[in-house]
Amino acid sequence: MAETSLSQAKADPTPYKGSRLGGLLHRNETLRGYLLMSPTMVIMTVGILVPFIILLVMSFWTREGFGFDTTLTTTNYQRVWTEPIFGALLSRSFWISGVATVATVLLCYPMAYYVAFHVHRNKMMWIILMTLPFWTSYLLRVFAWKVILGYEGVINSGLMSLGLIEAPLEFLLYSQTAVIITLAHAWAAFAILPLYVSLEKIDKSLLEAATDLGDGPVTRFLRITLPLSMPGVIAASFLIFIPTTGDYITPALLGGPDGAMIGNFIQLQFGAVNNWPMGATLSIVLMLWISAIALVFLFVTRKAQEKIA
Amino acid sequence: MSGTYIKRPNRPLQIYAVIFLIVLYTPVLFIPMFSFNDSLYVRFPLQGFTLQWYGELWTREPVWNALWNSIKVGVVVSLISTLLGVVAARAITRYRMPGKSALVTFIMMPLVIPGIIFGVALLVLMSRMGVPLSLYTVTVGHLIVCLPFAVATLLPRFEGFDPSMEEASADLGENGWWTFWRVTFPMVFPGVIASMLLTFTISFDEFIMAFFLTGTDPTLPMYIWGQLRFPQEFPSVLALSSLILFVSFALVFVAQRIGRVGLEDEL
Repeated sequence: MAETSLSQAKADPTPYKGSRLGGLLHRNETLRGYLLMSPTMVIMTVGILVPFIILLVMSFWTREGFGFDTTLTTTNYQRVWTEPIFGALLSRSFWISGVATVATVLLCYPMAYYVAFHVHRNKMMWIILMTLPFWTSYLLRVFAWKVILGYEGVINSGLMSLGLIEAPLEFLLYSQTAVIITLAHAWAAFAILPLYVSLEKIDKSLLEAATDLGDGPVTRFLRITLPLSMPGVIAASFLIFIPTTGDYITPALLGGPDGAMIGNFIQLQFGAVNNWPMGATLSIVLMLWISAIALVFLFVTRKAQEKIA
Repeated sequence: MSGTYIKRPNRPLQIYAVIFLIVLYTPVLFIPMFSFNDSLYVRFPLQGFTLQWYGELWTREPVWNALWNSIKVGVVVSLISTLLGVVAARAITRYRMPGKSALVTFIMMPLVIPGIIFGVALLVLMSRMGVPLSLYTVTVGHLIVCLPFAVATLLPRFEGFDPSMEEASADLGENGWWTFWRVTFPMVFPGVIASMLLTFTISFDEFIMAFFLTGTDPTLPMYIWGQLRFPQEFPSVLALSSLILFVSFALVFVAQRIGRVGLEDEL
């Protein structure tokens, strides 16, 4: 939010600077700002902070019959730590989202690059075109891939009616591949926007300078464009990796047994298994892991950038 | 725009861009394509054109109920989140507040936290408070999801706004309310419309929160989810999905166009 500080300076009408009255009015301005913000903040606090605290507390409870034993214990956390299924589910979720994230960023980078550097007219139209599908129902986009990858789906029946294959390819649906393809497709807009913004910001004269100093297109890209667009790459990676690790629609519709992710397991705890405290524990553990991975990722990229510079 | 050397078109990149767009749109286009197919099964070759599946939808009571539920939730969510968005965007751009960037980060948090965690957290809150699950709980969930989008849509509007206009209006004798109505509001109005359309669409299409927070009245995506279990319902689900996709595309397209009116030069 670098822009806000700018507009803040612009919008700061303090004609009485220095006097005591001015100070009071100034504080009043701040107060008025907070007052305007308060309804939104109340809703967000009630909707985010309070539920999280309750979720955290519940994660230390245990199930007892149809109710909860509200004595605080770390039983659930111990189970998550010791029973191999949880570790396996978590690492599989991170693996699937990780691959989907890398694939999405790699595939979207050239597209964002094209619009940032090679489209001169109707840029806005291109951006709307690239992000439009993202606004349509996530459920329906996942459903579309089920239609395509299904046992008798578009690809299989298409290839069969063309006579290219005899029997349906079984690996298409209900596999990790299916989940990764669908995630990469569904989250493309989240990669394109930050990549585009960071590429668009690059000062074109730097590129001309590099050319004048004898860099070829490849060296120029590696030495100037790529390092300067790293913030976009990092933002895109976060925006895809974090939400997808908790996804459960895609694995539920397309994953099959091999493609189940931690989100499906959490959903089961709140549904069929009916062990809410365990579900709460898993949600907290997922959050902690995501934060840890995000911090490591930030640290590594920071180090790498320092090395380049 | 400068950058003379880069004027020369890059053929491979151009081809890549076209393929990219085709791949981006094709999966979604298969849904309407098969919704007109005269067969229970979604497979090639196509069997001929029919409107049968759409006709079936028309006569189904639960579809209409679910549609009405989704519209009710969507309208309430879009009105409240846009109103709160206007107020928040105004406060963020107009007033000097310590800790402002922390507040903005807090509002944007739902964008970077897995939806399932919000869903279960709200579910736990509602059940601990003894609130029965209903369309009201879904509305609260959608509000949390939509607020960041409302604020993000409205912020550039308020940022591109020259405060001297308001000062001029005040100098000419308008009071605070009239200044807001006659000067501020008309200038941010396109952003308000865009935000309302976008938040309505998000709520209308939202599934993850609804999954955890719906009571006995399903929203449209919840209804579709329920029908996916029955293979014989597949064609009518395709027809319903096509209609939803069409409405979403239209709403968002209009919202994006309106939202950028007057801001075109900024990008």
